Amino acid sequence: MIEYENVLTTCPYCGTGCAVHLQVLDNKLVGVLPAKNHVISKGGLCIKGWNVHAFVNHPDRLTKPLIRKNGVLEEATWEEALDLVATKLGEIKNESGPDSIAFLSSAKCTNEENFLLSKLARAVIGTNNIDHCARL
Amino acid sequence: MTDRLTSVREIIKTVLPGVDGVLALRSGPGGIVAPYLFSKEHPEELAKLAIWPKEPVPDTLKIILKAHPEAKIAIVCRGCEERGIVEMYKHAQFSLDNVTLIGLQCLQDEAEFCRCAKPYTVHAKTTIGEPIEGVPDSLTDKIAAMSADEKLAFWKQEFEHCIKCYGCRTICPQCFCNICALEDEIWVETGRLPMPNPSMYHMVRAMHMTAKCVACRECEETCPADIPMAVQFRLIARDVKEMFNYEPGAIMEQKPPQLLVLEEGDYARTGLPH
Repeated sequence: MIEYENVLTTCPYCGTGCAVHLQVLDNKLVGVLPAKNHVISKGGLCIKGWNVHAFVNHPDRLTKPLIRKNGVLEEATWEEALDLVATKLGEIKNESGPDSIAFLSSAKCTNEENFLLSKLARAVIGTNNIDHCARL
Repeated sequence: MTDRLTSVREIIKTVLPGVDGVLALRSGPGGIVAPYLFSKEHPEELAKLAIWPKEPVPDTLKIILKAHPEAKIAIVCRGCEERGIVEMYKHAQFSLDNVTLIGLQCLQDEAEFCRCAKPYTVHAKTTIGEPIEGVPDSLTDKIAAMSADEKLAFWKQEFEHCIKCYGCRTICPQCFCNICALEDEIWVETGRLPMPNPSMYHMVRAMHMTAKCVACRECEETCPADIPMAVQFRLIARDVKEMFNYEPGAIMEQKPPQLLVLEEGDYARTGLPH
């Protein structure tokens, strides 16, 4: 049986919120189509949106955390990676103060995820140094 | 509109048992329309059948047939889409042996939206709706009547709005070269916005659309900068008609002028850009 459909989603690249159709053939992502009667993007996309399917299954995509050990990046568990980040951030905060740390959030995340990072920056670390990639 | 939609649904129902799928449009979340392959395994999806806005379905057909060259596919297509399919067939993009065309004739307002000269199918044996006359393309006529200086100024201004999304190239069912000139640094500098010379991109594309553009206007529809680029292709099409008596998609047996120098089968073998 041949299956072809388009899955409607929102482009993850910036905060505009353009609608993209992910073209799925036999359960594999094969391309992108814009959404003509969508209220925001009205059938248009920028070059990033047009290529949004390309990173999903890209071999260069990181699927596991990496920790640099003796100058070499090695695969690690999430627990190990998060422990390391928390320890280092704690050390830096104690040595140099909370404003020595900055957070960079992303338009690829949901509002809720961005809120959580803001909460981590302000309530846990104690800094207002937070920005996001959509301002780049 | 409803009547036509019902007619299309009824025809798809009768065709479905004999094919691997019927390519048409489906209304998704929020009424957003996209191409969909209806199958006999999921007849309930037909409740969401849609016919407007039109989509670049010839390209979808190519995607499916590249993966399943032997598949029996029926496709609901408008006049421009049918021309697109015929032209892609002539350029060895797929075989039409197992493809059934279901023609959908456009309504007056649809034809006017597309400034379409031929809002009807000519090859499909099964058709829905009555063919209507083409509508005049006043925008193309207006630009054609400009002086050379006015034209230059007009296009320069339009091209300066280009955000280099490559949408017109990517959505175009007739853009299928193995190597795309627009990705060659010689013609289009990468990594720079605005483009140092946007006319280069658009002129290269205009040349490459010669005797290929089927006037579906998908490029204009997807352009975030509203550049009326189909006007260029239509003006070139007038010259091609005059010089070679060729109209893309019109006559199945007529070879496109750019393929006349190639022997039968050479084009598929070389896959040359043109």
